[in-house]
Amino acid sequence: MAFWMEILISALLVLAGLFAIVGSFGLIRLPDPMTRLHAPTKATTLGIGGVLIASMLYFYAAEGRISAHELLITLFLFLSAPVTALFIAKVHLHLRERPDTLPKPAEGADWASYAPDGPARGVRPGADSAEPAPVDPKQEMPKP
Amino acid sequence: MITPMISAALIFAFGCFGLGLVLNLWRVLTGPEASDRVLALDTMVINAIALLILLGIWQGSAIYFEVSMLFALVGFVSTVAYCRFLLRGDVIE
Repeated sequence: MAFWMEILISALLVLAGLFAIVGSFGLIRLPDPMTRLHAPTKATTLGIGGVLIASMLYFYAAEGRISAHELLITLFLFLSAPVTALFIAKVHLHLRERPDTLPKPAEGADWASYAPDGPARGVRPGADSAEPAPVDPKQEMPKP
Repeated sequence: MITPMISAALIFAFGCFGLGLVLNLWRVLTGPEASDRVLALDTMVINAIALLILLGIWQGSAIYFEVSMLFALVGFVSTVAYCRFLLRGDVIE
């Protein structure tokens, strides 16, 4: 194994460990649930990305085979991390917050997550003439 | 074979992810809200996947990738199911 490859793999592993410790420490340290959501979903995902890249490089350097498993795991984890973050944020919004305890998302607008059968998604304000899309209340997204 | 430098980095990463797992466990035990506990459990799953992949590098074996893939799938599904249960009172309606 080439020496620079060793250095690269070791640096990636150390960096991944530091990111993981930052994420888990943030989960302990940050004051309220909406900020606590940031640390694990971002820093820990970066940490595991570093581990997966290090694993790909190691197996390529040590045994000369390119393994696609890591790519699959990376793809799945990076797709599922935002979805879980959204779900946990919705749990917090609906169980612990009220619309008047939150900042307004925009002038004259309200949080779509709280609307009972709310403004149809995909319809921008001002496009009222459009046929409202059928709304599934289970799949509401907060407006940006 | 694992060279000494990679071995030291692996041990460092093992320690970091293990310490992270302990910190997450603390949040699971003391989390003031249910959403905190779900988030900490999801982070524990991710840290466990990282530990499995590190073990795979340590042993030079590719068998741990399937295990970590299954862990990722089950962790995601369980997090979503728990959140749906908290939100709707039911998992499958």
